[in-house]
Parts: sequence; C-alpha cells; structure tokens
Amino acid sequence: MKLRVLLFITVVVSFETWKFVKTMKSISKTLSSLLIKAGIWAGAWAATAAYAVNDLPGGPAVNQLDFHPAASKIAEEQHSLHVFMMILCTVIFVAVFAVMFYSIWKHRKSVGHKPATFHESMTVEIIWTIVPFIIVILMALPATKVLVASKDTTNADLTVKATGYQWKWGYDYIKGEGEGIGFISTLDNAHREMSNAGKPAGDDYLLKVDNALVVPVGKKVRVITTANDVIHAFAVPSLGIKQDAIPGFVRDTWFRADRVGDFHGQCQELCGKEHAYMPIHVKVVSAEDYTKWVDAEKKKMAAKADDPGKVWALEDSLKRGEKVYAANCVACHQAAGKAVGAIKALDGATVVLDADKTKQIMVLLNGQNNQAMPAWKQLSDTEIAAVITFTKNNWSNKTGQVVQPAEVLAARK
Amino acid sequence: MSAVLHPNDQAHGHDDHSHDHHGAPEGWRRWVFATNHKDIGTLYLLFSFTMLMIGGILALLIRVELYQPGLQLVNPELFNQLTTMHGLIMVFGAIMPAFVGFANWMIPLQIGAADMAFARMNNFSFWLMIPAAVMLAGSFFMPGGAPAAGWTLYAPLTLQMGPSMDAGIFALHILGASSIMGSINIIVTILNMRAPGMTLMKMPMFAWTWLITAYLLIAVMPVLAGAITMTLTDRHFGTSFFNPAGGGDPVMYQHIFWFFGHPEVYIMILPAFGIISQVVPAFSRKRLFGYASMVYATSSIAILSFIVWAHHMFTTGMPVTGQLFFMYATMLIAVPTAVKIFNWIATMWRGSMTFETPMLFAIGFIFVFTMGGFTGLILAMAPIDIQLQDTYYVVAHFHYVLVAGSLFAMFSGAYFWLPKWTGVMYNEGRGKLHFWWSLISFNVTFFPMHFLGLAGMPRRYADYPMQFADFNAIASVGGFLFGFAQVYFFLFVVLPCMRGQGEKAAQKPWEAAEGLEWEVPSPAPFHTFENPPKLDVTATRVIG
Repeated sequence: MKLRVLLFITVVVSFETWKFVKTMKSISKTLSSLLIKAGIWAGAWAATAAYAVNDLPGGPAVNQLDFHPAASKIAEEQHSLHVFMMILCTVIFVAVFAVMFYSIWKHRKSVGHKPATFHESMTVEIIWTIVPFIIVILMALPATKVLVASKDTTNADLTVKATGYQWKWGYDYIKGEGEGIGFISTLDNAHREMSNAGKPAGDDYLLKVDNALVVPVGKKVRVITTANDVIHAFAVPSLGIKQDAIPGFVRDTWFRADRVGDFHGQCQELCGKEHAYMPIHVKVVSAEDYTKWVDAEKKKMAAKADDPGKVWALEDSLKRGEKVYAANCVACHQAAGKAVGAIKALDGATVVLDADKTKQIMVLLNGQNNQAMPAWKQLSDTEIAAVITFTKNNWSNKTGQVVQPAEVLAARK
Repeated sequence: MSAVLHPNDQAHGHDDHSHDHHGAPEGWRRWVFATNHKDIGTLYLLFSFTMLMIGGILALLIRVELYQPGLQLVNPELFNQLTTMHGLIMVFGAIMPAFVGFANWMIPLQIGAADMAFARMNNFSFWLMIPAAVMLAGSFFMPGGAPAAGWTLYAPLTLQMGPSMDAGIFALHILGASSIMGSINIIVTILNMRAPGMTLMKMPMFAWTWLITAYLLIAVMPVLAGAITMTLTDRHFGTSFFNPAGGGDPVMYQHIFWFFGHPEVYIMILPAFGIISQVVPAFSRKRLFGYASMVYATSSIAILSFIVWAHHMFTTGMPVTGQLFFMYATMLIAVPTAVKIFNWIATMWRGSMTFETPMLFAIGFIFVFTMGGFTGLILAMAPIDIQLQDTYYVVAHFHYVLVAGSLFAMFSGAYFWLPKWTGVMYNEGRGKLHFWWSLISFNVTFFPMHFLGLAGMPRRYADYPMQFADFNAIASVGGFLFGFAQVYFFLFVVLPCMRGQGEKAAQKPWEAAEGLEWEVPSPAPFHTFENPPKLDVTATRVIG
C-alpha cells in the first residue's frame, strides 16, 4: 500500500515538475541574479584585478551561472531538460540529506540516544531500489525525445562542412545557397599576442575571428565535421551543438537558429598546444542579408582566384607571402622566425636556404616531425609558392630565389 | 615464514629466538626486501602520498596559470603537459596505489590471514612502481617535455608527441602489470586464506569491495595495455590502428580506452565505498544496514561498469540507438549507488553517533560524493551532455567523485586505522581541523567549476575569455588552501603518529568498531594470525 502511494506521488511530482519547468525558469533567473551578486562579491574578495569586461551576446556572460540563452529549438530543449533535472535532483538531495542531518542531530551519543539494533528490512530495501529506478525512467523519457530530435540531420536547407585544422577552422558551403564558397577562419592574431603578453582585453577576447561562418536565420543548417590532423570539436553552446571533428571520418549535426545575431563557441577537444586559440563564430543573418553576403563572397572569390600559370616577380611574391605567413605561420614561427621550444627556426634554416626549392616545398606539402609542422596542402599553389619565397628572402635569409606556383603544382604530383 | 633463511639467521646461528624476531631484515633492507604485508602496505601508502604531492604541485601550477586570463606562468605546450601529467599521476600514482596500500595492510588483518598469499610477488608489485613513477614524472625533462595529449591519450594527437610519450606508455605498462599482480594477490588471499568461520558473506565490506575491484582490475588493465601498445606500434612500427592517414580509426581508440576507463572509475571508488561501510557503523554504534544488499549493489555497479563506456563519447557522433543505449545503461547505475547511500543513512538512523575525524570524513564523503553522483546523472543525459562534454562541468564532476569521493574516504580510513598502524592516537583537534579545512577549500575550488562548465568554458584551456575570470580566481585560491591542508595532514597528523608522539592507542580505540583488526594489539605486531584464529559466530571476534 505504502509502496503504491509513494510511486503515485513520485509520478505526479515528476510530471508536474516537467510541466512547470518553464515557470520555474523565471525563479531560477531571480536566483541566478542573487548568486551572481554573491559571486561578484567573492570574486572581489579573492582580490582579482577588476576586469573591465561585459557580457558578450551569443557568447559567455560575466560570471554566467547557467547555459547560454538558447538560440535554437534544440538548445531550448536542452535547457528545459537541465532545469527539470536540477529541480528533481535538488528535491531528492534535500529530502535525502534532511533525513541524514535529522539523524545526525537527534541520534547522537552526546544527547544520550541509545542505538537501535535493526540492520535490515526487505520491504524498505525493495522500495528504495524500485523508486530510484522509476525516477530514472522518468528522467530518461524526455531525454530520449530531445536526443532523437537533435540527431535528425535530414532535409537540411544548407549544408556546411567544418574542417578542424591545427589550429583554425575551414568552412566549405557544400549544398544550398552559397554552394562553392569556402574559407578559413582564424583567431585574430592580436588576441593571441594579448594572451602571450598576459594582457587580455575586450569582451570578445579569444573569440574574435577573421571570417565568421555566415548562415541564414530560420533555415535548417547541417554541419558536417571532419578534421585534417587530430580530433577537434565544433561547438556553439547557444545553438545547442557540439560535434567532434575526426580526421578521416565525417560526422554531422544540425541547428536552426531562431534569431539573427553572433554566436560564439570554441574548440572543445584537446588538439595540441593552440587548443584554446581556435574559436568558432557563427553569424546568423536574415535571408536577404545572407543572399547579399553570398553574392559579395562569390565576387570576391572570382577576383581573388589566382592564375596558377602566372609567373611572379620577387617583389609581388614577397608581398603576397607576407600575408600568407601572417595568416598561417606566425602562430608558431613568430614574426621573427626564430626557434621557440619545439618549433624550428626559419631564419637561417638549411632547408630554407637550400638552392633546391623542392625540399622546402615538400615540407609544406607533407609536414614534418610527426606533424609538429603540419601539412599545408590545403593552401593554394600560389599561396605556398609565395610564402616560401617570403621565408627565403626575409630576416637574414637573402637567397633571392622566387618560387613559382607551377613548381608547387609539379611537387604535388 | 619460518622456512625462510635470512642472512642474519646464519650469522647468529639458530637459537631459541621466537619466530617474531627471527631475522626480519633491518634498516633499508627491511623495506627493499619487504615481504610483510604491513611493511608493503606502509610503502604503498607513503609512495602514493608522495605522488599525491607531486600531482598536487602540477595542479597548483595549472591553477596559478588559470588565476587570471592571459598567459602568465607557462606556455600552452607546458600547460597541456601539466594537465596530462596531473591526471596520470593522480590516477595511476596516487589513488590506485593508495587503495592497494589499504588492502595490503587491512585485508589479512580483517580476514584473519597471516599475510598476503604471494609475499614476494607483493614486494615485486610495489617495487615495480618506483621505476615507472620515476619514468613518468621524469618525462618532463625529456626532449619536447612530458606527454601533452591529456590523461586519456587520445589518438591521433599521441602520434604527434615526442619521445616522452613512449616513456609514458612504458610506465603505464609497468604500473598495469603491478596492478594486475596486486589484484591476483588480493583475490587469492581473500578466497583461500580466510580464517575458519569467516564465510564470504561475513567478510568485512572493505574486503568485499576490494575482491570485486580486483576482478575489475584484472579484466581491464590488459585492455589499457592493448590500447597503448597499439598507440606505440602506430608511432614507431608503421601500423595504423588509430592513424586515419593509414586507414585507422581514432574513435576506435576511444572505445578501447573507455572500455578500460569506465571500470577504472569504479576501481577508484569501490574500495572507498568499503571504507565508508566500515566507518559509518563503527561511529553509529549500530550494524551496517543491509549488508547483503551492499554486496549485491557493489557487484551490480561492477557489472554495469562494463556496458556504459561510450557515455564518455556522446559527442563523437554515435548513431542515435548507440547513444540511447549508453544513456539508459549509465542512468541505471544511479540505482545501486542510491541503494548504497540509503543504506549508510539507514545505518546512522537511530544509532548513537559520535563524530570523531573518521566519521566526519565519512559523512563529508556521503554528502559531497552524492553531489558528484547527481552531476554524473545530469552528464549521463546525452542531450545535456552535448552542452557539457569537455567543459569544466566534467572537471567539477570527476573531482567531486575522485577527491571528495576516493580521497575523503581514504582520509576517513587513514584516521580510522592510524591507531592500529602506528599504535598512537592521532590528535583529534588536528584531525577535525584537517576535515573542515579540506571540506571547505575543496568546495571553494571545485563548486565554481560547475558554473564555468554550464557557461561553456572548455577544459584543458591554457587561457580563457575574460568573462570566466572571477570563478577561475576563486577556484585557484581554493586549490591552494586545499593543497596546504594536505601538507598539514602529513606533517601534523601522520608524522607525529609515525614518530610515536602522542597518546598510546588502545587495542580497540573505537567503542563500537567491529572486526578482527581490533582483536590484535596496537600497533599491530609484525606477524599476526600466524595460526588461524578461532572465530565467534559473527566472525568479528577471536575466541581462542
């Protein structure tokens, strides 16, 4: 009899909780703001330098206590599920430990309590095995619903491939409006330098990239992930997605952003030394703005397309190479091109100074030292040629050699 | 033992010395040639505490770097080495050997055996750990620094590591071999050397949990060895188990690793459950509630631990059915775990409790470990895990179960048995100070990490957006307080006891403690139960 009453109560409580999750959210918000105040106080007490930093919309808020505000249905459901779990767990926790602390308070030797002698009870033990079992099933039901929805990547309006590189993201628009667009997205180097100098600043510190992933609002976007070297993870909390990007394999996830705005994420799988420096920026725009962006991007690509047969003069190749170096090489090799830790020097390096240009071309195409120097074959022939010309004629290196795109193309074969 | 001929036996010639004094080696030989379970237990405990301190220093270096955003102390390469080595040293060097130390000391005493079954193998399994630990910790000084692929050593990042990765793999092989030998020893001792009348279902819970743990260890350590051996051959012998460039599968590494890794988690917590199941009844002056269901719950946790591994891999992109299976199986573990918590509380219920340090740590364990259990349940929900995987929420979760879980239980056990080990009562005031200091600083360190994780701060990050600054600063301050508490514990609690400073301990210093370890004097003599004791019907007392 008791058992049935208990079961009934558990079922009712769980369903009511689930129903009122949304109302409870406002309460949790009030609670959050209170806790934030306490947190700020504690932070000040811990004598940290008071940073001039504000919330970053679509990214982390200062002393944020909960998930990012949801910008997709899936994220919204993940939040509701979490609130539901928090309420259920808190209720159980308080109930269980109320019993324990009551016992600690009442059944102590110092107040003269004499020990009872009971040490088992089949009924009680069966009840407290079955009740948690039922609670667990009640938790699993809504979780299953959300999970199944989040795995359904069919009927996407736009398919984008996100490729993890050490340490940047490559985006290729595979299918849908904007098909054919592709670019690399890297952390703003000024942020990397601030980090090195130990002088961080700005609301978007470590989250600012050169090229954001632009997608239209309200459209189902399927993100295919893969990687070039090691495992990375493509994650944007506000959109409720996190998917490992695995070299040699293709995985997918999806989101449908329900409002325009900037949404920030970071790589979430340890991928080597610059793991903390490969942020993700998803820019959600209206359908019209997206079309405009696609047109502009297509024009840019047409203008940028290099003629692979072009023969470059030293001066032009140097200028182009400097840009390529700044975008791809400077994170490891530094502006000075000197050896740093495991990173080999470029300035004065034999392979750079060698009269046989193919040696350095092969290093860039295939990588070296167990991929400590990664392969750069994803760059165009023109870019590889230019950056090699740059390293061969910069710092104390004065070889006067010019590498032509055709030479790189030949080495690729 | 008497059959062993020691060098000093021959020097003195055989006289009528009693067996107790017949030539146990002295000085450094006593430790290097140790075959006595108590000496080897002591060695294990001291070794693991040393590793705890080394791992702790690495943790504090991490916390210094994370005290403020921006890089101040270390570069990102070194930072990754620190997190990797902190994890490896704490798991394989501190927590696991510490429990083996407890097992060595207590299991023969608790089951009325003279010693461990294989005394020389016992010596070997301890001394194997020293070169392994030196190689592991020494890898910082190898070219390229220590391994930096995370303690999980995910491929293909491990393929990019320098030579220290090979040293690390070799060290793990040796530590694994040591663990397997230790486990065989424990299983054989428990199954064959119990005193007459000590049936399995009368055995103390600590011996029970270790019996189950030892089977887990034998089952999964070879799996780890396989995973890291494949990594080794991928690195040097041209195989492509995990290297996608040769058609290998990096995700396969994760499956193999976590098939070891998840039972490993229970290897580190089941003996803790055993300690708590002995301390709580002793200080509640009441028998353990539901002894049989405790045994069954422990066994079910052990069995379930083999079918939940992929909950560490929800973001690798498993098919939806796979995710559902691993989500359900994982949530199921909450049931036997809840049964254990309820049993402990029912043991306290209507008891006559006192709150000496072992009991404080036991209650602290139950309270804080349960929080870690609940965050585990939340992480088990695959849709929520999509948000939380690889964030600080996970870091908070496993420190709640491994520090406030395993470590607190070991403190509880250490205070409980220190009088038996050393013959000296520890200082109660200092013990209480150590408890409150640890409990508070632990929560100051790790509670804010839940918020960081919810807000999306990824783990293993050398630098972070500025919005996360305050909570990181609080965690860093807490980390130092927690670290100092453990130094205090060793210098002001353990060391005085080992030096014999303090009140002499009675044979049974705890009023209601039960078990054969309290039937021998304090400190426990070098040899105990040389002849099988005759036990009473509950198998908790010697009656002749």
